[in-house]
Amino acid sequence: MAFFEARNLHKRFGSRVVLENISLAFERGQVSGIMGPNGAGKTTCFHVLTGLHQPDRGEIELEGKSISGLSPQRIATLGVSRSFQIMNLFDDSVVIENVMLALPEFRTRRLSFLGGVFDDTKLVDAATDVLDQVGLAARAWEKATSLSYGERRALEIGVALAARPKILFLDEPTSGLGSEATRNLAALVRRLREHYTIVMIEHDMRFLFELADRISVIHWGQVIAEGTPAELQANKWVRRSALGEAALA
Amino acid sequence: MISLSDIPVRSRFQVYAPMAVMAAALSTAPWWLPAIGLYQYLGIEIAIWMIFALGFNLLFGYAGLHSFGHGAYLGIGAYAFGLFQQNVAVSLWGGLAAGILAAGLAGAIVGAFISHRRGIYYALLTIAFGQVFWFTSMKLYGVTGGEDGLLGIPRPPLTLFGLEYALRSNVALFYLAAFFLLATVLLMWRLVNSPFGRVLQAIRQNETRARFAGYEVWRFKWAAFVISAMFAGLAGGLFAMAQQSAYPDVMSLHQSGLIVMMVLVGGGLVSFWGPVLGVILYFVARDVLGGLTETWLLWYGMMFMAMVMLRPEGLAGMIHLGWKRLGGASEKPVILLAEKA
Ligand SMILES: Nc1ncnc2c1ncn2[C@@H]1O[C@H](COP(=O)(O)OP(=O)(O)OP(=O)(O)O)[C@@H](O)[C@H]1O
Ligand SMILES: [Mg+2]
Repeated sequence: MAFFEARNLHKRFGSRVVLENISLAFERGQVSGIMGPNGAGKTTCFHVLTGLHQPDRGEIELEGKSISGLSPQRIATLGVSRSFQIMNLFDDSVVIENVMLALPEFRTRRLSFLGGVFDDTKLVDAATDVLDQVGLAARAWEKATSLSYGERRALEIGVALAARPKILFLDEPTSGLGSEATRNLAALVRRLREHYTIVMIEHDMRFLFELADRISVIHWGQVIAEGTPAELQANKWVRRSALGEAALA
Repeated sequence: MISLSDIPVRSRFQVYAPMAVMAAALSTAPWWLPAIGLYQYLGIEIAIWMIFALGFNLLFGYAGLHSFGHGAYLGIGAYAFGLFQQNVAVSLWGGLAAGILAAGLAGAIVGAFISHRRGIYYALLTIAFGQVFWFTSMKLYGVTGGEDGLLGIPRPPLTLFGLEYALRSNVALFYLAAFFLLATVLLMWRLVNSPFGRVLQAIRQNETRARFAGYEVWRFKWAAFVISAMFAGLAGGLFAMAQQSAYPDVMSLHQSGLIVMMVLVGGGLVSFWGPVLGVILYFVARDVLGGLTETWLLWYGMMFMAMVMLRPEGLAGMIHLGWKRLGGASEKPVILLAEKA
């Protein structure tokens, strides 16, 4: 049994079927990729896996234990972390607070009504550590909105990392990034893969094929192909799509 | 522009100077109030409304939860204080505790119903519950005295370490209210900068992200509602003492609207001190403008409209801007931690 497994997921909105019998398995310590055209259901799949949407049918398991039907906050506390395709930060807060709030040691203090936050050196150090990993330590005390687009994407990942997750879901981490920022991100993912199990949705095929151990292709709410990057390059579905061409070039 | 949550730690001067100014102003108020042609009772009223406003802004500004029926908890505090004096014992501490607990209990019940809601549904429910309490106070004649309310509520003496101080004079009662106000300021300052308070502010900014960070959002909303109702209950208890009565008008929709207006005009959405400034501005308008013209509320209402349209950051935002023009405020936050490094 895989580290994180989803079996026969179905999800529809009204009469629109978005996920149709999706089964996915992610192994511990691997980078798994998910690709597919716009509107294929990739983000919806992440929403279902992380508890934002309830599946109509199907099972989700983390380390052999069912997490289907749990709320996002429960699933998060079990060690599942994610970033968002559309950026989702605490914009009024400074950078370091975005990360701090996601630290497990902050969460255990959530019912402290009179305790300090920013004068707590343990919390500040832990958050600075995380910011260091995503290259934002120097911007720690600036407002989240003052960051550049690329830095905000990095902060998205930092917030997800702060939870010290068992598994990390990244929804199109390179979207909107220039080539240099994309290279930095690839280096970051390479460093992270030593410690984390990662699943990422990506449109940038070069990026994905370079980093992923296994890739699943989703189309029309179904998994139409699965395999290692090398296997997929030989797959006729992938070859036929324009996306595949780019990766082969 | 400033906002409630952007500068997590300020310099010691920024934190303590306003508190010191406030403490100085309060402790000398019985001397300067008459000197500028005002009266002692006004000090009591202002202190009570500031407690109410600071507690309200935990919910309104910090948590971003728009309660438009908060007068109810002020009223419940006032009734509970009076009922305690009349049915249990003439006791200051007992009465205030009753006011705080009764308002907290009502807040806990209402909070359980509304904390899963957002936006307009949340606001409408707070109004509906506020009306239920108001209606109950009118109709539950045997307990509340109906439209007349509870009359002749005593001002019990303050007992402290075996000593007893009479609170019959307005100056004495003012000092008690001022003490509770300063305690409220300190408590609230700690609270909004505590882990609990920061999570609350995170929820205001982005509820979804807060859930994915592992926080049970509705419980925080519930707790914020209860805490802010308890401060309203404290203010209500003091109000019953000041007025020596409790009546339905205390919890009317009018009061609920007033507190929203005060907090918005003062700048509660961008500053901890917004509610305090808003209360001052309102009472200055009422007593100074009111001395000049019968139509002062019209002018105050127009100022409120102008504020909402032109300067939603309120008075606190304008003061910050002026201060910055003078070169007093730096763009970057001053971090206390940097001093340690
Ligand atoms: N809450 C919703 N209600 C109705 N339809 C939805 C909802 N969420 C998503 N959909 C539809 O489901 C389909 C899949 O959307 P999804 O966001 O999962 O696609 P995606 O694969 O992530 O696409 P992209 O590559 O553009 O991000 C789309 O057609 C979308 O319109
Ligand atoms: Mg998507």
